[in-house]
Amino acid sequence: MRYSGWKVITEGLRGNLGWTRAWRDPAPKAEYDAIIIGGGGHGLATAYYLAKNHGLTNIAVLEKGYLGGGNVGRNTTIVRANYFLPGNSEFYSHSLKLWEGLEPELNYNVMHSQRGHIILFHSDGQRDAAARRGNAIVNQGDDAELLSVPQLKEMMPYLDYAQTRFPIYGGLIQKRAGTARHDAVAWGFARAADQRGVDLIQNCEVTGIDIVDGKVTGVQTTRGPIRAKKVGMAVAGRSSQVAAMAGMRLPIESHVLQAFVTEGLKPVIDNVISYGMGHFYISQSDKGGLVFGGDIDMYASYAARGNLPMVEHVMEAGMTLMPMLARAKVLRSWGGIMDMTPDGSPIIDKTHIEGLFVDAGWNYGGFKATPASGWCMAHLMATGQSHDTARRFRLDRFRTGHVIDEEGTGSQHNLH
Amino acid sequence: MRLTCPLCGDRDRREFYYAGTEDTLSRPGPEAAPEAWDDMLYLRTNPAGVTRDLWYHEAGCGLWLVVTRNTVTHEVLATEGVADRKGAPK
Repeated sequence: MRYSGWKVITEGLRGNLGWTRAWRDPAPKAEYDAIIIGGGGHGLATAYYLAKNHGLTNIAVLEKGYLGGGNVGRNTTIVRANYFLPGNSEFYSHSLKLWEGLEPELNYNVMHSQRGHIILFHSDGQRDAAARRGNAIVNQGDDAELLSVPQLKEMMPYLDYAQTRFPIYGGLIQKRAGTARHDAVAWGFARAADQRGVDLIQNCEVTGIDIVDGKVTGVQTTRGPIRAKKVGMAVAGRSSQVAAMAGMRLPIESHVLQAFVTEGLKPVIDNVISYGMGHFYISQSDKGGLVFGGDIDMYASYAARGNLPMVEHVMEAGMTLMPMLARAKVLRSWGGIMDMTPDGSPIIDKTHIEGLFVDAGWNYGGFKATPASGWCMAHLMATGQSHDTARRFRLDRFRTGHVIDEEGTGSQHNLH
Repeated sequence: MRLTCPLCGDRDRREFYYAGTEDTLSRPGPEAAPEAWDDMLYLRTNPAGVTRDLWYHEAGCGLWLVVTRNTVTHEVLATEGVADRKGAPK
């Protein structure tokens, strides 16, 4: 079924009885050409682009729970391409271009809103760094603009510009950046992949990876064994556990990242604001809730819920930036499990096992990468070669020293 | 979460700095292959369940601790000083 405004009207007039299921619920077959472990955003996008770009349709996505039930539905929905370092820059640029065409591509409303993303800076040194980052973004072919305090005040009169600890000196805006409805991205990719013949198999947990003579032959699951010569892992949050089934240790430590949303309020925050000094960022959802978050809890955890010290820290940081937040009531908070790599950048690569591919290590930035991650992982699985925009996301880069340390804090666990 | 420092007793988690898995205490020898360093510095078992990791009592007595805890439930099972831990070089 094709979705359209006309369809909404005609179905509305007919009592909405004509809507059909968005995707099938097939039983797993005994064998596929390729299997993707993980029915989150990246896994579903990988399946879609394998079918669309490479004509591979005899494939399956195996999901232990329900589609989009992991981090793709537990993030702060920011989409941007304001990276500095080679490796990240071309990859996220590619991703943003895919985002811009995603809704007609998938025939699905993902509520992509290019409302602009602003990084604030608080000293002359940070202004220089922001200008340099902006130039790198422009050189990549994307947009960035340095904003003065008067310009910022016009856009965001509610910020505390003269605060004593981190007075605001200006900001770097990317106008093409913004937000998207996170679950809709998973659903859109799922529906589009299903329409191209991909089997999306839910409640199907992978319990083992079969390897014979250094080659993948299939997987063991809670719904029986499934054969495939190509297996891709897209299970950020549980990457270490799935990789362990293939006898691998990854350069990943899992941490909890918390996020918060307030009760619905009238429109007040028009953009996405990133306040690096306070490890704080905020935007307002179309429903009116202020969506904000901070830093990871900073110790290894799989609890999918955070601890109180970081809750307090995030609230304090928010208050120093915009005192008006004091009047908003926090409705709920949640935590997602992050694959943290030593340099804060992801991995899309082959492994030493033939036919086994890994898409992991998305740290706290996987959502905006969803389309390009799928695109590049599909390219890798279909051709055996890294896509040009993801060729630096190597699994062995820590051993060889080719790290991508965007934050500039050092390439070591527990620094990002 | 609270941690029991062997010297200071039951203290708020915020007094401690987390420094990663206990495995980093086992440094490869001077003749070790680069893979051994990769293993120690970067690769992680990263268990979902009981783990042993290093914490520094930064805002307290300055002791380095090994904490045995569950990464899924946040339950703290044991704490001990690094120098006093089982198998520590004397």
